[in-house]
Amino acid sequence: MDFLQPTSWSEALDLRAERPDALPIAGGTDVMVELNFDRRRPGALLDLGRVPELSEWEADDGVVRLGAGVPYARVIDQLGAQLPGLAMAARTVGSPQIRMRGTVGGNLGSASPAGDAHPPLLAAGAVVEVASAARGSRDIPAADFYTGVKRNALEPDELIAAVRVPAATGPQQFSKIGTRNAMVIAVSAFACALHPDRRAVGTGIGSAAPTPRRAADAEAFLAGELQSAGLWESRAELPETLARAFGERVAAAASPIDDVRGSAAYRRHSLSVMARRAVTWAWSDLREAA
Amino acid sequence: MSTEATTTPTTTTTTHGRIGDSALRPDGTLKVTGEFAYASDLWHDEMVWGVTLRSPHPHARIRRIDITDALTVPGVTAVLTADDVPGENAFGLEHADQPVLASEFVRYEGEPVALVAADHPETARRAAKRIQVDYEVLPAVTDARRAMDPDAPAVHRPGNLVRHLKLRRGEQSPAAPVVVSLDFEVGMQDQAFLGPESGLAVPAEDGGVDLYVATQWLHVDQRQICLALGMPPEKVRLVLAGVGGAFGGREDLSVHVHACLLALRTGKPVKMSYGREESFYGHVHRHPAYLTYEFGAERDGRLVYGRTSVVLDGGAYASSTAAVVGNAGTLGLGPYRFPSVSVDVYGVFTNNPPCGAMRGFGCVQAAFAHEALMDELADAVGIDRVAIRQLNGMREGDLNITGQVIDSAAPVGELLQIVADLPLPPPSDPSDIRALPGAVGNTTHGEGVVRGVGYAVTYKNVGFSEGFDDYATARVRLEMTGGEAVATVHTASAEVGQGLITVEQQICRTELGVERVVVHPKDTSVGSGGSTSASRQTYMTGGAVKAACEAVRTAVLDRAAGVLGRPAGELRLDGEKIAGASGEVLTGLAEVLGDDAVEETVEWRHRPTHAIDPETGQGDAHVQFAFSAHRAVVDVDVELGLVKVVALDTAQDVGKAINPDAVVGQIHGGSAQGMGLALMEEIVVTDGHVRNPSFTDYLIPTILDMPPMQVKVLEYADPHAPYGVRGVGEPPTISSGPAVAAAVRAATGRALRRVPIRPEHITGT
Ligand SMILES: Cc1cc2nc3c(=O)[nH]c(=O)nc-3n(C[C@H](O)[C@H](O)[C@H](O)COP(=O)(O)OP(=O)(O)OC[C@H]3O[C@@H](n4cnc5c(N)ncnc54)[C@H](O)[C@@H]3O)c2cc1C
Repeated sequence: MDFLQPTSWSEALDLRAERPDALPIAGGTDVMVELNFDRRRPGALLDLGRVPELSEWEADDGVVRLGAGVPYARVIDQLGAQLPGLAMAARTVGSPQIRMRGTVGGNLGSASPAGDAHPPLLAAGAVVEVASAARGSRDIPAADFYTGVKRNALEPDELIAAVRVPAATGPQQFSKIGTRNAMVIAVSAFACALHPDRRAVGTGIGSAAPTPRRAADAEAFLAGELQSAGLWESRAELPETLARAFGERVAAAASPIDDVRGSAAYRRHSLSVMARRAVTWAWSDLREAA
Repeated sequence: MSTEATTTPTTTTTTHGRIGDSALRPDGTLKVTGEFAYASDLWHDEMVWGVTLRSPHPHARIRRIDITDALTVPGVTAVLTADDVPGENAFGLEHADQPVLASEFVRYEGEPVALVAADHPETARRAAKRIQVDYEVLPAVTDARRAMDPDAPAVHRPGNLVRHLKLRRGEQSPAAPVVVSLDFEVGMQDQAFLGPESGLAVPAEDGGVDLYVATQWLHVDQRQICLALGMPPEKVRLVLAGVGGAFGGREDLSVHVHACLLALRTGKPVKMSYGREESFYGHVHRHPAYLTYEFGAERDGRLVYGRTSVVLDGGAYASSTAAVVGNAGTLGLGPYRFPSVSVDVYGVFTNNPPCGAMRGFGCVQAAFAHEALMDELADAVGIDRVAIRQLNGMREGDLNITGQVIDSAAPVGELLQIVADLPLPPPSDPSDIRALPGAVGNTTHGEGVVRGVGYAVTYKNVGFSEGFDDYATARVRLEMTGGEAVATVHTASAEVGQGLITVEQQICRTELGVERVVVHPKDTSVGSGGSTSASRQTYMTGGAVKAACEAVRTAVLDRAAGVLGRPAGELRLDGEKIAGASGEVLTGLAEVLGDDAVEETVEWRHRPTHAIDPETGQGDAHVQFAFSAHRAVVDVDVELGLVKVVALDTAQDVGKAINPDAVVGQIHGGSAQGMGLALMEEIVVTDGHVRNPSFTDYLIPTILDMPPMQVKVLEYADPHAPYGVRGVGEPPTISSGPAVAAAVRAATGRALRRVPIRPEHITGT
């Protein structure tokens, strides 16, 4: 197995194109597990750890451009205010060691339905920025990025450069169910974001469908109800019935399975509870901010 | 043979701490800093690596094995199958019913079928994949409750019953005004020791083999290895390598014979080391149990009778199932007084993973049932759940259900009172989500959270029971080295992380008055120390070391008597001095010993136990009983079914705390393991296939799951035991889980008749 270590983004893209048999590695917290179990034996590892462009983030014009190689620990420390949903999700990932190594780019690369970064990226309306040596860069909205169980929209010669996430304009929440209180893969997860500037609601569901997905119907429903009840202006309390109806719509958007981590019925049920609670917290944060 | 090997375990010397002191463990700092040499760190410059090919089927006939392809892989030095086992192709703790390598049948998923040695573990694994095994898949019996059905496939001839324990005492058609009953189910728990199975076999010039291995009982391993290799014990020498936890999972053989076979075939040192996934297939687990319990009582809550029927899933081979059945039967009604009893416990074969020893050994499963039923009884007669246990709790002098007199302290009522009186934790602070169910998962800010409190109490046998000839051997030497008295203690008793090395040193220091004590590496060049299990080593090896020290002291004083011309009875050994009756120093140890060493070896036994009657189950089956009680306080998010254990407090009688810190450490760890079974730890087996053989989905408690504990230790000396000690390691594992389950029931109002309790059991979805 060759070990390729580009030191610049353009070199990385060239190597990616030249070596279709190479497997990119960032923090390695998914890749090394795969290698150890002999589930993959790539011809080469393409180490992205020395590509400086990937390990930076910058905020510009209300959008945070988060380099694919920024680890969760930095998201938690540095981006809690701008990307609160993603930071909350990052806090639930693995253990301190995993959060030091693991990256959002790696989570996107693996595209596991249980990946914790996905729901908040969906809720925030993030865009994944990918690039190839041949065709330059292109943008893929997060909602189009996940194409199947552990599959994403990357072409074989492409790498993930960054994810561009609109900085929060309102409260965000992330909730994750696991059968222990830390270091656990999600049985189900939910993220929501309130966008008072555009009077919209964002959602993301994890571990309850073949891919992470939005609950588009629930988003439109809640935004519409808030609008028609004049709640965006009044910032009055969120009616419990509305929160509950939102939760039910979120649960309806899932297509969960029974597996060793939990039953489909529990996944659906837990989504409705998490969504109801999360939107209630988000709304009360919005009222407090007003 | 090269000597460039890190196989030679170093001796351990410490200089402080007598009995009752919290002497520091020599391995403690090394483990915390990552420098401790575990068996997986064994190394020999010339070694090759061994791997195991395992069955993918729970039950199949092997038609043919073709190893040709595997042999052609460059770097491969040997490929072995059942035909290459020179001795008997069988091993087993109680019955040699398990093939070293499967020949005609495989009986569980993961059963070893072939071995490969190669210059690199990766090469060996790849070659193993090229072994072609032609299987004819057979119907499997995977539901223990169906194993004894007449039409169930037979796992072994003549049938699927391993042991039926029948116990009858008192009135057999008892009537009682209050009757409570329940069915309970316990899932399959794993020992989840952190250091997977590892060993290094080094072929020796005499044609024998030296095996360095992580294990719980070197001599029982040796006996089984000799049988399989067809070699006498002198040729099969074992040395204990660094053990990373055991909990019963290392009582059965794993890499042992395999590594020796490969070493003898290749003429090279062979290292075998399982990964985590293989480890789940490479050792026995805790028996899943199906328990039906019924208690009858007077209206005031006094027990009249107990009736139980229990099925334990032994999996594909006998392992220690018969002994686990023994415990689940003879101790299966808990530490209570029952005028009449009817107990049937069945251990059965299935095509599930073999089950055997695990901390708590048969008592863990039973305790979930009897403690849940005691709560039912309390509610039925309308008295407090602590009070019902105190009303019925055993006391010294009582007879237990096998008719054995409890002839030392049985402080059931007191232990319960202590935990009931401990301060309760304050309400959780909802502003710190780590303190709430779901923790950083951020699933509640207080919504749906209900607090519950639960109690449980247990008693557990210490040492081997039912007439087993249970002994330990210790060799102690005293000599002057560099002007200082040095004691060397040599036992084969395994240190698995519990602190036996420290205990041995503390005893030597106390008995001989020396400061410097060297612990010889644990190996088979001294007699058996017996198993590091059944909470027995401080009692048994401790007893043997004490006896050996006494023999050394007697020998030294005899010599001194000769030198001084005084009767030995008037002399005392006091460190490096020989003193007279009133303490006056008469001479020095140096003068008495000169360049000689005094060495004594003692084989030490606890008082005998007896087989139980096959029809009535009556008999003095056990040597000692250890008692503990827990109180659990939990916060449950009843809407999401998530649990946060807020407090897990305990009281335990340890007879005498030889090393108080180590005692508390055992209680912490045991309590965590019991709580793990109540809430999360389960090997999920479907149709004979393990679905979660990794720490990704086999969950063990983290620091956010385990609360700080209040631990109260009682020391009621057992007059029959050395220093009055009582085994410590197991009781906490038994009473903590039922207390947690009771607390969750209290919070949710749900019956919860299965552990681990999963979120969907609480939410009903
Ligand atoms: C003990 C443990 C606990 C874990 N807990 C969690 C958890 O709680 N939640 C969770 O979501 N995940 C968890 N994970 C999984 C893992 O940590 C995450 O998925 C993490 O985000 C992966 O990031 P990485 O940088 O380590 O990725 P890597 O392992 O380096 O790569 C992952 C995948 O992404 C690809 N890739 C990486 N970077 C790029 C790029 N720039 N362009 C294209 N492809 C790329 C790789 O080729 C690979 O396919 C855990 C893993 C472990 C070992």
